[in-house]
Amino acid sequence: MSAPPVPDFAVKTAGLGKTYSNGDSVVHALKSVDFEARCGELLMIVGPSGCGKTTLLSVICGTLHYNAGAVTVFGQDLSKLSQGKLTAFRGKNVGFVFQQFNLIPTWTALENVTVPMLLNGSSRSEAEKAAAALLKEVGIGEKLQALPTQLSGGQQQRVAIARALVHEPRLLICDEPTAALDAASGRRVLELLKERACRPDRCVIVVTHDSRIFSFADRIAEMEDGHIKAVHGPDACQSLYV
Amino acid sequence: MLRLALKMLFGDRAKYAMLVCGLSFCALLMSQQTSVFCGLLLWTTATVRNIRVPIWVADSKVEQVNEVVPMREVEVQRVRSVVGVEWAVPLFWNILQARLPDGTFQGVQLTGLDSASLVGRPAKMREGRIEDLRLPNAVIVDQVALEKFRKRGISLKVGAVFEINDKEARVVGICETERSFLGQPYVFTTYSRALEYAPLQRKLLSFILVQPKPGVPVPELLRRISALSGLRAFSSDQVAWDTLVWYIRNTGIPISFGTVVLLGIVVGIAIAGQTFYLFVHENMRYLAALKAMGASFGVLAQMVVLQAFTVGFIGYGLGVGLAALFGNAVLQKGQPPFYMPWQILAFTGVVIVFICLLSALVGLIKIARTEAAMVFK
Ligand SMILES: Nc1ncnc2c1ncn2[C@@H]1O[C@H](COP(=O)(O)OP(=O)(O)OP(=O)(O)O)[C@@H](O)[C@H]1O
Ligand SMILES: [Mg+2]
Repeated sequence: MSAPPVPDFAVKTAGLGKTYSNGDSVVHALKSVDFEARCGELLMIVGPSGCGKTTLLSVICGTLHYNAGAVTVFGQDLSKLSQGKLTAFRGKNVGFVFQQFNLIPTWTALENVTVPMLLNGSSRSEAEKAAAALLKEVGIGEKLQALPTQLSGGQQQRVAIARALVHEPRLLICDEPTAALDAASGRRVLELLKERACRPDRCVIVVTHDSRIFSFADRIAEMEDGHIKAVHGPDACQSLYV
Repeated sequence: MLRLALKMLFGDRAKYAMLVCGLSFCALLMSQQTSVFCGLLLWTTATVRNIRVPIWVADSKVEQVNEVVPMREVEVQRVRSVVGVEWAVPLFWNILQARLPDGTFQGVQLTGLDSASLVGRPAKMREGRIEDLRLPNAVIVDQVALEKFRKRGISLKVGAVFEINDKEARVVGICETERSFLGQPYVFTTYSRALEYAPLQRKLLSFILVQPKPGVPVPELLRRISALSGLRAFSSDQVAWDTLVWYIRNTGIPISFGTVVLLGIVVGIAIAGQTFYLFVHENMRYLAALKAMGASFGVLAQMVVLQAFTVGFIGYGLGVGLAALFGNAVLQKGQPPFYMPWQILAFTGVVIVFICLLSALVGLIKIARTEAAMVFK
């Protein structure tokens, strides 16, 4: 791959457009979005419901096809990848934290965390070793064998963060990671992301409604009706909406 | 990942149980019903195996072994005179009514053997000697007769007496026979005494039993006998086969069993397919999460196929196992008929594999149609 070790930006979109068509009705979810996320930063995407945040995130991480413009992730033009290559690219480079956690209910915390490594071809023992170490770091060391249903929401989200980080991805995608959590657990999750996930060579993108966590952001991109309305720098993040 | 796929399956107890139940029910119904069907067909040819001779000769109109078109007795002589025949003996076989001591009647398959040679004698005697058939009024009854009489409160022992057509029949021995489709017990006696028991008719000879001379090929001899006597000559395999085919063509048995088997398959597909679809459907957001995290379609397909075949394998084992247990139990009791050749196991296996493939396919189509982006919903 021709990507430099630490490119200036992790994600760059130019004129990105996405329309959903349901029968006759067409929804322009993204209208020419120009957007970039840099390495080493925690970028938040905020905006009213339905403005296209999730859609933008889905396109950036390569789970959704777009109609117009270009998306480059770590120097890789996503449109140049076949479906199979795109899946492999995601598996290697992207970590996911979802609003609904999406931990598989019949697997233990440990097993859930091993999945990204197993999908990347690691052996079971290797994956379990790494997963156990990481779970300890996020404070779930005592409950490796617990099923997700035996954990609180905050604990489940911490397991999910461990799962998102275990294979050392360069891009971390979090969609409303605190929406299903109370304020204290939400703060704890963001602290954890800040401590564990933010690194000079990694980019963390968090979509959120939750103004209580804005202060954790390095930059905040404000979306409105399918485009980026404004990007606020580090100084503004502390004051915005607080 | 495959280990985790199994955990995913076993973890969902309710659906796992339902899938296994559906598939084992299907396998049970199919293997059990086809085994009873095969057993029933086998019963239709019991007489061929009880009599045990290489060549059967009957009237040219006879199509199968449970059908009698009487012949004149001189036919035995004519068949004997055919070149290549070692011996030929008469056999009387017909259903007659026996009158029991309590005044009730019981149909019996009266089988009259050539007195001199006793060809067609039962393979196994439980009590008494076959030679005692030559004593006055002597008959030998089989284990089915014991059962039938016992049901009426009569214990049939050596020395017991009953009547056939108002003539005395004295039991001198008890033998074991293979149970027949008709259900009536076999009562063996000599050919000449059988004619006394039988209602008077111009022709009474049922079959002629033939042994070829050593070195004479059976098909060749069959041809010669037919040509010279105008009778119909069968090898024992052929008469058995013709009998099976006759029952398949002329009775409702294949249709009724076929319906049940088809029902089993349909129920199996319905339950298994639907439950599996539900299983995949409910796990969709997790499968989509795996897809997002980099699981290729191939990996997900392996997982789903493994899950489908695991329940298929377990369901097959349970179903066929239960059918075999059932068979074991009824074989000890003697009925209903049960015969489970390996072809039945293979057939059931093929159908179960088909159901699993179908279920997996339904799940896979759903997976292929789902965008990984749905995990954000
Ligand atoms: N699969 C879809 N089919 C059709 N329209 C869709 C689909 N997904 C999203 N949309 C539409 O696209 C627009 C943007 O949706 P999106 O989910 O990106 O918004 P959002 O900013 O994430 O909203 P929220 O804050 O409520 O999660 C909305 O108008 C939505 O109705
Ligand atoms: Mg959203």
